[in-house]
Amino acid sequence: MNEKEKLFNGGVLTEARKGAIEPPRDLWENKKNGLVIIECPQRIPCNPCHTSCPTGAVKAFKDINDQPEIDYEKCTGCARCVAVCPGLACFVVDLTWGGDGVALMKLPYEMLPLPQEGETVDCLNRIGNTVSKGKIVKVLEPMHDRTMVVHVEVPRDLVMDIRTIRVVKQA
Amino acid sequence: MDLIEKHPILEFKHSKKVKFSFDGIEMEGYEGEPIAAALHANGVRIYRITPAKEQTRGFFCAIGKCSSCFMVVDGVPNVRTCVTPLKTGMRVETQLGKGVIPMDA
Amino acid sequence: MSATLEAASLGCHVTLVDSDLALGGQLIKQTHKFFGSKDERAGTRGFKISEILLEELNSYKGTVEVHTNCTATGFYKEDGVVSCVIGEDEYFRIKPEKIVMATGAQERLLPFPNNHLPGVYGAGAVQTLMNVYGVVPGKKVLMVGAGNIGLIVSYQLMQAGVEIAGIVEAMDKVGGYWVHAAKTRRLGVPIYLRHTIREALGDKIVEGAVIQEIDDRFQPTGKEIKIDADVICMAVGLTPTCELLWQAGCEMVFVPQLCGHVAQRDLFMRTSHKDIWVAGDASGIEEASAAMVEGRIAGVGVAKALGHGEASEHSGRLEEFKRRLADLRGGEVGQKICQGISCCTVNEWGV
Ligand SMILES: Cc1cc2nc3c(=O)[nH]c(=O)nc-3n(C[C@H](O)[C@H](O)[C@H](O)COP(=O)(O)OP(=O)(O)OC[C@H]3O[C@@H](n4cnc5c(N)ncnc54)[C@H](O)[C@@H]3O)c2cc1C
Ligand code: SF4
Ligand code: SF4
Ligand code: FES
Repeated sequence: MNEKEKLFNGGVLTEARKGAIEPPRDLWENKKNGLVIIECPQRIPCNPCHTSCPTGAVKAFKDINDQPEIDYEKCTGCARCVAVCPGLACFVVDLTWGGDGVALMKLPYEMLPLPQEGETVDCLNRIGNTVSKGKIVKVLEPMHDRTMVVHVEVPRDLVMDIRTIRVVKQA
Repeated sequence: MDLIEKHPILEFKHSKKVKFSFDGIEMEGYEGEPIAAALHANGVRIYRITPAKEQTRGFFCAIGKCSSCFMVVDGVPNVRTCVTPLKTGMRVETQLGKGVIPMDA
Repeated sequence: MSATLEAASLGCHVTLVDSDLALGGQLIKQTHKFFGSKDERAGTRGFKISEILLEELNSYKGTVEVHTNCTATGFYKEDGVVSCVIGEDEYFRIKPEKIVMATGAQERLLPFPNNHLPGVYGAGAVQTLMNVYGVVPGKKVLMVGAGNIGLIVSYQLMQAGVEIAGIVEAMDKVGGYWVHAAKTRRLGVPIYLRHTIREALGDKIVEGAVIQEIDDRFQPTGKEIKIDADVICMAVGLTPTCELLWQAGCEMVFVPQLCGHVAQRDLFMRTSHKDIWVAGDASGIEEASAAMVEGRIAGVGVAKALGHGEASEHSGRLEEFKRRLADLRGGEVGQKICQGISCCTVNEWGV
């Protein structure tokens, strides 16, 4: 087992795989409201990302165990899948957002304390290391079921690293 | 008490607060919740001491299946405190050894 | 609950006894959203599913009788009587025509020095404390086992504000769903693959643990790592609760894929005892989604045997439930389950 396999076997994505691929750059750069990134590389009996997607961007599953496949043309970045996915495996990244060097991420969040609009938070990568600060733009509860979708402004070059946020305790 | 005050998903509805005693010390807990949970919230971890090896035991399964949480309750030994609801005024004691069943019970 | 609902919907009178203080079994402890499809309420949190079932049960007030804090302690083969105890000492006996045994599962423990210390808790116990009674289980927890339970309970502990010192897993891969591992990892929890717990530290209560890497033959290698923790949470698997099935003399087989001894059953979940059905984790460790469908199947089976409902209704419902089970079991994990089930299923009992 090499380092990469070890990481992946412990729940850390190390490269693109079936069910966990990066959206096509060209489309992504210009898509207002962003595109979905799904990281769900294992066959599991689960499909709410498909059944809840209002535009059919997550293609129909032949078998409920299939990994999700995405038609990026159809994705509107609405982040509904972010709110419903039980695996917290859907994220939306909007590269058209804001000024130079920043992007907007819409991330699922089920911890306390809740971040406040305008607050600066830590942005964590896939192994929980803080890789940058981010600014909270919005905190929504789309399904009214306690899974929050947090909109956070992050450094643009880190959108493929950052996967969650942590509220920094005030001293 | 060591309770979860805020939770991102759950809201806890506790019932009425009642007083009970543990080895003579007065404690508070919620009526109808398992004795073991009330003790844990009060920081009590050791529920009995085993007869042969004199090892300390707490609870383990919390569903009434492993016997780890036996205590003496109102004088009666071998009560599974993880599934026995707390009542006001209960006398809960650490069980030493096998526990002696009172003659008149 | 599912078996009760299905049987009641076909006109049976049902007495439901559960040893817990509330109905719902494992479900009431699950704060996370479930997988599965819409039919099994995917994306709904476990405890919500239990609330939905409870509401459905309430609509059968006249025909369903519920006893909680009531344990079925024995089954008497001679006359088919079941003895029950409410609380610790209030005994009664009932003689049902048909019985569904859906007693769930029991936690396994690993042998290691000091595993008796208070603070070594089963994962289910930790969940009960924090998710049902809102009691903080500890300050810092070492999780043993990275199956779905270990992963999910770690995540739930973090939601309750408890720190996770790490998750130890003997295999070279997490056993639970990858996405569950990913969501705990990104919160900074280390997962120690190919590691095992060597001993719990502490005199009267747990103060820490020693873990160590293991080789291909599960022998310890490498240096011991000391971990600070006041709770060691055991999530090394479940095994079906089947004492009553043994007592009843049902034909049992050991099926590793289903995590223990299970009763042989036919397509309607009927055991070799003509009046006893099984369902859920008691018939093999799987998932709530499948457990609920199995419960429904057993419910139909019982109704059929009692002559409630039309034959076409029974076969129609059975087909529908079979389809749902097949869908649920189509994945990596499901394959293993199907192998297991094929080892203990008979087509029809000659009864
Ligand atoms: C941490 C964790 C996470 C899980 N996550 C998921 C998930 O995401 N998706 C999923 O589909 N499944 C999940 N499961 C699995 C799921 O919870 C179980 O498969 C399901 O609850 C099994 O249902 P059951 O009715 O067979 O058993 P249980 O829910 O265990 O219910 C058995 C009931 O029987 C009672 N009982 C036992 N013996 C007796 C007796 N002698 N007399 C009276 N009553 C008795 C018990 O008190 C209990 O209430 C999870 C389980 C755990 C522990
Ligand atoms: S972001 Fe919206 S449109 Fe895109 S995949 Fe998710 S649910 Fe579908
Ligand atoms: S809803 Fe989430 S966990 Fe389920 S298949 Fe879709 S991406 Fe994977
Ligand atoms: S903790 Fe197992 S019986 Fe009470």
